[in-house]
Amino acid sequence: MSWLSNIDYGAVLVWRRNADVFFKTWKTNFLPSILEPLLYLVAMGAGLGGLIVGLKYAGQDIGYVRFLAPGLVAISIMYGGFFECTYGSFVRMHYQKTFDAIVATPVSLEDVIAGEILWGASKSFLNSTIVLLVIQVMGLTFVPEVLFAAPTALAVPALAFLGGLMFSAIAMIFTALVPNIDSFNYPFYLLVTPMFLLGGTFFPISQLGAAEPLAYIFPLTHVSILVRDMSLGLVRWVDLASFIYVLAAVVVTFIPAVYLMRKRLIK
Amino acid sequence: MPVVSARKLVKRYDGFLAVDHIDFDIEEGEIFGFLGPNGAGKSTTMRMVQGVSPVTSGKLEVLGMDITRRSKEIKALIGVAPQEDNLDPDFPVVRNLTTYARYFRIPAEEAEKRARRLLEFMQLEEKADAEIEELSGGMKRRLIVARALINEPRLLILDEPTTGLDPQARHLIWERVRELKRNGATIILSTHYMDEAEQLCDRLVIMENGRFLVEGRPKDLIQQVVGPCVLEIIDPEEGRDIESYLVSVGAQVERSAYRIYAYSKQCQTIQSGFRERFPDTYSTVRSATLEDVFLRLTGRRLRE
Ligand SMILES: Nc1ncnc2c1ncn2[C@@H]1O[C@H](COP(=O)(O)OP(=O)(O)OP(=O)(O)O)[C@@H](O)[C@H]1O
Ligand SMILES: [Mg+2]
Repeated sequence: MSWLSNIDYGAVLVWRRNADVFFKTWKTNFLPSILEPLLYLVAMGAGLGGLIVGLKYAGQDIGYVRFLAPGLVAISIMYGGFFECTYGSFVRMHYQKTFDAIVATPVSLEDVIAGEILWGASKSFLNSTIVLLVIQVMGLTFVPEVLFAAPTALAVPALAFLGGLMFSAIAMIFTALVPNIDSFNYPFYLLVTPMFLLGGTFFPISQLGAAEPLAYIFPLTHVSILVRDMSLGLVRWVDLASFIYVLAAVVVTFIPAVYLMRKRLIK
Repeated sequence: MPVVSARKLVKRYDGFLAVDHIDFDIEEGEIFGFLGPNGAGKSTTMRMVQGVSPVTSGKLEVLGMDITRRSKEIKALIGVAPQEDNLDPDFPVVRNLTTYARYFRIPAEEAEKRARRLLEFMQLEEKADAEIEELSGGMKRRLIVARALINEPRLLILDEPTTGLDPQARHLIWERVRELKRNGATIILSTHYMDEAEQLCDRLVIMENGRFLVEGRPKDLIQQVVGPCVLEIIDPEEGRDIESYLVSVGAQVERSAYRIYAYSKQCQTIQSGFRERFPDTYSTVRSATLEDVFLRLTGRRLRE
C-alpha cells in the first residue's frame, strides 16, 4: 500500500476545486437542504407524530418529533456524502474527464480520490449543519420540542464530517466498481434506502424485535445513535461502540476505495 | 543528455501489446513527431512519457529522471495537451487555467497573470469569461494548448493539437509551437497531417502496431523511402495493364482507388514513356512528400 504515501496537499487542491464549483451556485445548492427537513418535520413530525404515543428512547419518554429530528440530521449526513461520491464523482471521472486532467499535473490519482472523499464529507457536514440549523430555528419558533440545548449538540457537525468520510468512502467503492451511471440504482435500492428507513431514523431500532442486532451492521444506525444522543445530551456505552465503529469504518472503507479506483483508472 | 530516453519500452493492456520494444531519444530543443495510423500506439507512448500510464517493461527517462520512480517531479516540469478534450466544464475559460495552475502550486496572483497572457498567446482573450460549452471545437483545442503551458514547461507534449482545426487556427498553433521552440522548449507532438509534420518536426517516427517503421528527419525520410518525385496517374478503369507497365520500367507502384502512384528516381523519363503508351490517360509529376512516405510504409488500406 505504498500508494497511500502519494496522498499529500494535492488532495486539498482537489477538494478546493469541488468547493469552488459548489460555492459558485451555493444558493441553489442549499435550498433542498433547507426545504427537506421542513417537509419531514411537518409531514412526519406533526402529521404522523400526533398519532404516536408512549414512545421511549434510551429508557426515557420522548415525543415523536423530538425523536425524529436527529434522525433527519443523520440521513442528511448519509445522503450528502453518498450522492457526492457516487453520481458527483462518477460524472467528474467518466463524463467530464476531470480526473484525467488533474493527474497530468503533480496532483496524484490518490490525491484525487482522497480529495473527492474529503469533499463528500464536506457535503455531509454542510447539508447536515443546515438541517440542524433549520431544526433549531423551528425549535426556537414553532416546534419547541425540537430545540436541542445540550452542549454536545454543538459537536454534531464534527461528527457529521467523520460520518461523511465513511459514507463517501463507501460510495467511492461503488464508483470504482459500477460499469455505468445507471448501476448506482443497486447500492441506492439495496443499501441506502434500507438504511434510510431502518437505520434508527424514523423509529427506534428496538422496534425491529429479533432483527434489531442486524441493524447494527448498517453504518447509518451508528451515525443515528451518535447524532441523537449528542443532540439529547445522552452519554451511553453504546455511543463509544458506535464511535469506534465509525472511526474504524472510515479506515476500512477508505483503503479499498483508493485501491479500487486506482485499479479502475490506471491504465 | 536527451530530454526523453526510451529503451525497449513496452506497454501491454491486459494481453494486448500496444507498444512493442521501442527505443528513442528526444534531444533538448527539438520538435519530435509521432505519426502513424489510428491505434498505432502514439498516444500510449506519449502517456507513458507523461507518467500517467505505467510502463509495462523497459526503461524510460524523462528530464534525466526515471518515470516510474519520480513521476510527480517530472509532471511538474512538463505540459500536456491530451488528444481528448478534458477541459473543466464547471469553470469558465480563464478559471480553467487558474484552477489548473493551482494543481501546480502556482500562487493565485501569478496564475492570473499567466492565464491572461496565455489567452492572448492563443488569441482567446475575448473568450476569457465564456463557459467551456460555448467554445467551438477549435477554441477548445487552443485552450488545451494554453493550459499545457501554464507551468512554463521544459517539455511540451501535444497529442494531435490541430485535429479538427480550420487552417487559420492550425497556422496559429504552428506559429506558437515554433515560437516555443525558439524559446528553448522541447516539444513532442503527434499528428495525422503530413504537411504539419513535414513543416514542424525536426525528427519524427512513423509507428504501426506499436513499433517504429522509420525514424529520421522529414527530408531524409522522403529521400530514403520514396525518392525525389512521384508520377501520379488517374486511372478510373482498373484492369488495364498500367500498373504492370510501370513496374516493368522500374517504378515502385501503389494504387489508391482511381489513383496510381509511381515512385522512381526518373519520373520525367517514365512519364514520357507512359504518355506514348497511354496517350489518353492523365498523369502528372510532382515532388514527393511525407504523405507518400506514410502511404508507402503503412499501405493505402484503411485500418480501424
Ligand atoms: N485503456 C486501454 N485499454 C486497452 N487497450 C487500449 C487502451 N488504450 C489504448 N488501447 C489500445 O492500444 C492501441 C494503441 O492505442 P493508442 O491510443 O496509443 O493509438 P494512437 O496511435 O494514439 O491512435 P489514434 O491515432 O487513433 O489516436 C490501440 O489498439 C488501442 O485499442
Ligand atoms: Mg492517439
